[in-house]
Amino acid sequence: MKHSHATRRPPLREPSPELAGISRRELLRRAFATGAMTVIGAGFIAAPDAAWAAEVTVITPEQMATLVQMARDTYPHDRIADKFYVVAVKGYDSEDNKAMVAEGTAALDEAAKAQGHENYASIGWEEDRVKVLQAVEGTTFFQTVRAGLVTGLYNQKDIWPLFGYEGESFSKGGYINRGFDDIDWL
Amino acid sequence: MVAKFDLNDDSVVVIIGTGAGGGVLAHELAQKGVKVVALEAGGRYLPEDFINDEWDSFSQLAWTDARTTTGSWRVHKDFAGLPAWIVKAVGGTTTHWAGASIRFQEHEWKALSTYGKVDGANLLDWPIDGSEMAPWYEKAETKLGVTRTGDRAGLPGNNNFKVFEKGAKALGYKEVHTGRMAINSSEYDDRMACQQTGFCFQGCKWGAKWSAAYTDIPRGEATGNLEVRDRSHVARILHDDAGKATGVEYFDKDGNLQMQKARIVCVAGNSFESPRLLLNSASSMFPDGMGNSSGMVGKNYMRHTTGSVYAVFDKPVRMWRGTTMAGIMQDEARHDPSRGFVGGYELETLSLGLPFMAAFLNPGAWGRGFTTALDSYENMAGMWIVGEDMPQLGNGVTLSETKDQHGLPVANVNFDDHPNDVAMRNHAYARGEEIYKAVGATRTFPTPPYPSTHNLGTNRMSEKAADGVVNKHGQSHDIANLFVSDGSQFTSGASENPTLTIVALAIRQADHIAREMSAKNI
Repeated sequence: MKHSHATRRPPLREPSPELAGISRRELLRRAFATGAMTVIGAGFIAAPDAAWAAEVTVITPEQMATLVQMARDTYPHDRIADKFYVVAVKGYDSEDNKAMVAEGTAALDEAAKAQGHENYASIGWEEDRVKVLQAVEGTTFFQTVRAGLVTGLYNQKDIWPLFGYEGESFSKGGYINRGFDDIDWL
Repeated sequence: MVAKFDLNDDSVVVIIGTGAGGGVLAHELAQKGVKVVALEAGGRYLPEDFINDEWDSFSQLAWTDARTTTGSWRVHKDFAGLPAWIVKAVGGTTTHWAGASIRFQEHEWKALSTYGKVDGANLLDWPIDGSEMAPWYEKAETKLGVTRTGDRAGLPGNNNFKVFEKGAKALGYKEVHTGRMAINSSEYDDRMACQQTGFCFQGCKWGAKWSAAYTDIPRGEATGNLEVRDRSHVARILHDDAGKATGVEYFDKDGNLQMQKARIVCVAGNSFESPRLLLNSASSMFPDGMGNSSGMVGKNYMRHTTGSVYAVFDKPVRMWRGTTMAGIMQDEARHDPSRGFVGGYELETLSLGLPFMAAFLNPGAWGRGFTTALDSYENMAGMWIVGEDMPQLGNGVTLSETKDQHGLPVANVNFDDHPNDVAMRNHAYARGEEIYKAVGATRTFPTPPYPSTHNLGTNRMSEKAADGVVNKHGQSHDIANLFVSDGSQFTSGASENPTLTIVALAIRQADHIAREMSAKNI
């Protein structure tokens, strides 16, 4: 039960001051696409719609974009926005993980090439990316990222409402007067 | 006035561990005027400290010191360093337990006689039976305030129970109700009624669930006869040239090694730590560990044949609302070998929050097969299997090459399912899935066992000294002033959640110890 990423991950950055003045159009013009993410150069990746941006300081923006895509393909929830996957893998932007990420993402791209693609993140269909992930499923890199996501993704309180989960209830007096037995379809 | 005893006071009873066994024993002895020093490896947490958050609570309460695993059980693959989900805190796992409190069935005290010899199993009858235990069970039920015993009413059923009950009754099951629970259905013994909060596993913030942490421990301390030293990790039990226990060495909260003398030593650290301590106490006189002339210390580990069944429906259930385990179906608890296995199992309602569901629904799984299950979390219902598993010589605790923060070898836990365990689990999965399909489940999940919460048998009770570690009072066959006071003394696992039986045995053991002390036999 690894939950280290849940405790030591840095908070997701709001769009940085450097990006604040950039229009969406300018952002897109400067960028080149890597899957669903946009690498803006200079250590940043961002959503194409500028809904979020993340700064990387140790690993490359392309590596971070690959990690985010890999996170979504590993635990795909269509109603969960990319920014939550970014939070879940942001901790890999560190000296401790630099080598693992470099080797792991390179191996992922190699596996993609072996299946006839340019690289992993640019593959269009999820099913095809999943086939690449299956090829590296036994690696320490994949298993480390996957295990970290179990807490790094699902322990983010902000996503709980998307699953209907209500979280803490003591402060609201429990459910004794709030529907512990309100099922009406049986 | 909380007692403070001298390290050189050799008149005290030292109890190691403060959970359902040690915490209750400490209280009962203190009430009888016996001086007790209880050494607890964990810290003190009370209802105001408990956290309605699965991972934060896990970090606060769970035993996460190093342990290692071997064997073919899936826990070794998925949670290699976490063979058990139990607690390191004053009150032990009574903070975390779900509260299910049911007595053994009569035949379960006589596992070997009832089931006969089972290949590969090391079955044995208990040296006690239901009639011997009946008065102690009644005392335990009164202490814990168990619902549906005495004149205490049952808990109301939550959404998860209503789904379970309707499905079970549709299949013709009769013994279906909201359980005998140590969770108050109305105010009892200065503890309030259940507020249907959920988070029973994270410590009850209302104190509606019985836990030694806020009942037996403070009441024992109030007698002036009990001193609890928290964050005190016992390293070894000491003995004299006559082979009698004389005290314990422990690391105090500052990490300093201390020695507490004792008239009697009682081990109650749950089924991994108790045998580990006896093995780590090996000496030239006892080269195989203390109390281990039988070679049974650490052997015969049982963890119940568990597993869960979750199901998704086309409409919301919201199973996390309300008491986590107030729901049981007991019709399959009987012994009926025509089902293809000996012993029986209970099905009990269970829910996990989203974070733990992600960790435990199918550990290691990924992709849409897994995530679409979680997408339907709100429409999920859940139940847990608790069945009797077979004691096996090869299953158990040995000393690992890994050392803990004090430099002591940690417990390695080896486990392989017995074919009887597998047959029972598969039967229970099938029945559980049928229960949910009878109320319209669109998808069901036979979920593998979690890290063990019911840890039993590693210092088992036996009539003959050659067959086990302790006698019918939990007293070492080898060393008269050494006792085992937790679930590790279980001879067989039975199909019931073990806490009520651990508590009943502890109350009974306190009676025995006090009597033997008065008679100057120990």
